[in-house]
Amino acid sequence: MSQEANSGYKDEALSAITKAGCQVGDVIRVTSKEKTYEGILIPRSETADSAHIVLKLKSGYNVGVHITPEIKIEKIGRGTKPSFASPPLPEQKPGLPKAVILSTGGTIASRVDYRTGAVRSALSASDLYGVVPELSDIARVETEIVFSIYSENLTQKHWTQLAQTVAEHIKKGSEGVVIAHGTDTMAYTAAALSFALQSLPVPVILVGAQRSSDRPSSDAATNLIAAVQAATRGPFAEVGLAMHETLSDTVIAVCRGTKVRKCHTSRRDTFKPVNATPLARVENNEVTMLTDDYQKRDAAKNLVLKPEFSEAVALVKFHPGLDPTVIDWHVERGCKGILLEGSGLGHVSKFCFDSISNAVTNGVVVALASQCIWGRVNMNVYDTGRDLLVRGVIPLEDMFPETALVKLMWVLGQTSDPEKAKKLLKTNVAGEFSPRTLPQELGAKGDELNGN
Amino acid sequence: MEIDYAKAGLKVGLEIHQQLNTQEKLFCRCPPELFKEEPEITFLRRLRPTQSELGQVDPAAFFEFQKGIKVMYEANSATSCLVEMDEEPPHPLNMEAVEVVLTAALMMNMQPIDEVHVMRKTVIDGSNTTGFQRTCIIASNGWIKVGAKVIPMQAASLEEDAARKTGIEDDGKTIRYRIDRLGIPLIEVATAPVIYSPMEAQEVAFAIGRILRDTGKAMRGLGTIRQDLNVSLPHGALIEIKGVQELELISKVVEYEVQRQLGLIQVKEELQEKGVKTEELKEDFVDVSDVFKQTKCKVIRKALGKGQKVLAVKLQKFGGVLKREIMPGFRVGTELSDRAKFWGRVGGIFHTDEMPAYGVTAKEVEALRKATDAREEDAVVFVANTAENVQDALKAVVERAQEALDCVPAETRTAKDDGTTHYMRPRPGAARMYPETDIPPSEISRALVEKIRSNLPEPAEKKLKRLMNAYGLNDKLATQISDSEYGGLFEVIVKESGVAATIVAVFLTETVKSLRRDGVSVDEVTDAQIMEIFRGVGSGDLTKEAIADVFVWLSENDGKNLQDAVDALGLKMISKAELALLVDKVVAENKEAVCQMGQKAFGMLMGVVMKEVRGKADPSVVSALLRERLKQFWSYL
Repeated sequence: MSQEANSGYKDEALSAITKAGCQVGDVIRVTSKEKTYEGILIPRSETADSAHIVLKLKSGYNVGVHITPEIKIEKIGRGTKPSFASPPLPEQKPGLPKAVILSTGGTIASRVDYRTGAVRSALSASDLYGVVPELSDIARVETEIVFSIYSENLTQKHWTQLAQTVAEHIKKGSEGVVIAHGTDTMAYTAAALSFALQSLPVPVILVGAQRSSDRPSSDAATNLIAAVQAATRGPFAEVGLAMHETLSDTVIAVCRGTKVRKCHTSRRDTFKPVNATPLARVENNEVTMLTDDYQKRDAAKNLVLKPEFSEAVALVKFHPGLDPTVIDWHVERGCKGILLEGSGLGHVSKFCFDSISNAVTNGVVVALASQCIWGRVNMNVYDTGRDLLVRGVIPLEDMFPETALVKLMWVLGQTSDPEKAKKLLKTNVAGEFSPRTLPQELGAKGDELNGN
Repeated sequence: MEIDYAKAGLKVGLEIHQQLNTQEKLFCRCPPELFKEEPEITFLRRLRPTQSELGQVDPAAFFEFQKGIKVMYEANSATSCLVEMDEEPPHPLNMEAVEVVLTAALMMNMQPIDEVHVMRKTVIDGSNTTGFQRTCIIASNGWIKVGAKVIPMQAASLEEDAARKTGIEDDGKTIRYRIDRLGIPLIEVATAPVIYSPMEAQEVAFAIGRILRDTGKAMRGLGTIRQDLNVSLPHGALIEIKGVQELELISKVVEYEVQRQLGLIQVKEELQEKGVKTEELKEDFVDVSDVFKQTKCKVIRKALGKGQKVLAVKLQKFGGVLKREIMPGFRVGTELSDRAKFWGRVGGIFHTDEMPAYGVTAKEVEALRKATDAREEDAVVFVANTAENVQDALKAVVERAQEALDCVPAETRTAKDDGTTHYMRPRPGAARMYPETDIPPSEISRALVEKIRSNLPEPAEKKLKRLMNAYGLNDKLATQISDSEYGGLFEVIVKESGVAATIVAVFLTETVKSLRRDGVSVDEVTDAQIMEIFRGVGSGDLTKEAIADVFVWLSENDGKNLQDAVDALGLKMISKAELALLVDKVVAENKEAVCQMGQKAFGMLMGVVMKEVRGKADPSVVSALLRERLKQFWSYL
């Protein structure tokens, strides 16, 4: 039944409105012993109970009305469907750099359905451009929807496709690429693209939003404007991620794709550089580099595309009491790489040693990053670390687990030879290793309590 | 001028907003409290107008955005968390607040909603960090009786209070808001527009306020209750007046608004008679900076000194109209000026109807008229500020002048303490509301409704009788205490302190009222502090004569307690032994007078002793002691 498919109503509520010949969008009157309501029948959340129907009253308020056998439902009018007029696209200004905005879904590309209130990931990249007309003063923007999915549903295949799409646009002459992305796994994608897109001639900037764009307080527009600035005017040519640096709408930090992590469930400044400082800042429409250590923008460079990622890779997070047969199971199911998320300087319990040796003997690449997130692995300090090294575990320096996992997937997408894989794993491909760890690199600093 | 309001066709509807004194805010676990100190955290935001469901953007909101209006929010960790900062999704609806609204709604004979859906109402002036206010309807369709009349009640809603404005930065483009108030639960109660006179509006507001206080969860103090009035006249317009804080002001505000609308209707008729046409009121702005090169007008001189400009516009045939008073101290020119302030961010306007004045000479006015090609029947409006602001200001002036030819413009106004109202913003279009999807709907079960129904506060008449019987209050005092914000506290104090009910009642009504009139910040003294004072009186540590002094001291000394007040005011009770010594000393010193005056000496001596120990000893104790000593004295003679 089509009504069921899109209205969210089921069981007694559905049969009551169906019996009354009403559909979502109709103006209806509901009468019970004590009270009467008139309003538009509104769809209901699929996870809500089946005992109520929802009406939008003339005042604009929604109310839920309990369905009982005595209740009378009448249709008193047909609803008018609001037609949404997309704003006209701003004119392209000649002389401005060419940029492309690729849309993959997520909050930044979401729009609220005012009738139901549901936030939908259905905003096309051109809609995005339409509602942020300021972009037309920065660049000539082309848009493309690559996918329209929540970022938690992305897989290695999507990274591959995304990398290929970026490469096509760069080859066609794009002077900067922006990717609108859900924030949950945006840092994984940033790392993946960092490995897949080598020798970049122009910047590739991922951007997201923590507040949906239906809200006046959304961070989507500010982040997007800064991302396009960084992509078209940044002097660097790397994969970066642009989001709020603080709670204020003033500064957007661009972090290196391999060195950035989502660190807060809800704040605007959720993305923090890990074991690094931001690459650049965008403030008052100006891009300022914060380091000399970056790949320079150079249109003459030839992009090298290496978009394959292995799916036979697993992450095993160590915790007290971890059952080592989890490692055995991964080996049996054919995993070619296991990333251990160890404790502290790089440890897992001695109860896991046999399983790890067994994995290495079976040709599985076993590497280790620390669950501390900040800091560098050093497996020479304690016995446990030394024991793991002897068993063939590869320490991954100051890479935090997510980037390490993505790198392992990418490495095993490039070669199936464990020895070559180990060598590539230890090679600094996209700034994922930094030789020096500096004191200012830990999380939020005390003096950043102020939101500015 | 006596106005026949029924004949004028006046209709008033009320919306009463009252803060609720719940344990926690509406959508997070922060306490519903404000802070006075410097903020610990500030952050800067911009609110971006969003498209409506039809792809449209609200013009006033977009105007503000284009001008680069920013908002600096102030916070501290005691009163707000990430939720108020729009950095964390809201927590589920505070059910304590829902129950308070249900209580009030049932007292107003409303029908509870079966399932509550929280909505987002777009508000983009910065007062909400999100850009919308969360609100939900809890009950609807009731009535209350005011005198003999039944007033239909439309709805009772529950919403989050907004952040409070604390200032504007010097650039005029950064507004400061403090987010401590954001999220405090507010009950909103709306009547149908069936009120036909200013006095009736006040009486209905009073009756609603009393019901809200009877829930026992109404916050007390200035700013905790805000009354919005919807005032309309048949040939005028529906005007929404926001934020009347004092109940006693309501009738005056309505009265003045009727005067204003009638005045504007008259102005419109006069302008039509003069044959003024919309197209004659043009946005032709003339740079008249040169006219004021040598001016003695301070405002203009200061502006020119900063390199700003003076621009003028001619309003054809408006001569004499702008000085027309339509509310006390409020002229048609003020209407134009209010618009200029809002849209042009200027301090005000000058116009020829009030010239020469403010240091502007007749000669300058003449030059001004010449420069703008204005005749005697025309008015000239001029503004000094930055080119951008002056343009915006004069555009708004011309627009308002054009509207004067049509009718009373429908707008949202804000009430001042003197009862006059001023332009606040254009009336928002059909309220844009959409569901707050971060909060699941919550069911109001029949069981909950019945539980609340069987525990409703007693009705006003019954309460009055009980106060008279149980506490021996007379009719007047019982009425006063039952109408007072301290009604609930009164009974607790009497029960717990043992102080005579009349003393407590008189203090909480008449004394507090007169202290407030004298400018004492009575709302600064908390219920707990008042309780402490009376406990002190009950236990004999404080005399009842000292109550007011201690109360005033506490209102001026934040964070102090009774002991601090007693120390600071030197009110420490003297011991019986000390008192006896003092009495003996006074009697001895006045030996001769006592001998001469006999029994009559008592009053005189009492006065002498009390002068020494006022506030430190109970007069009844002093008088007993004195009588005893005098008796002894005479027995020796």
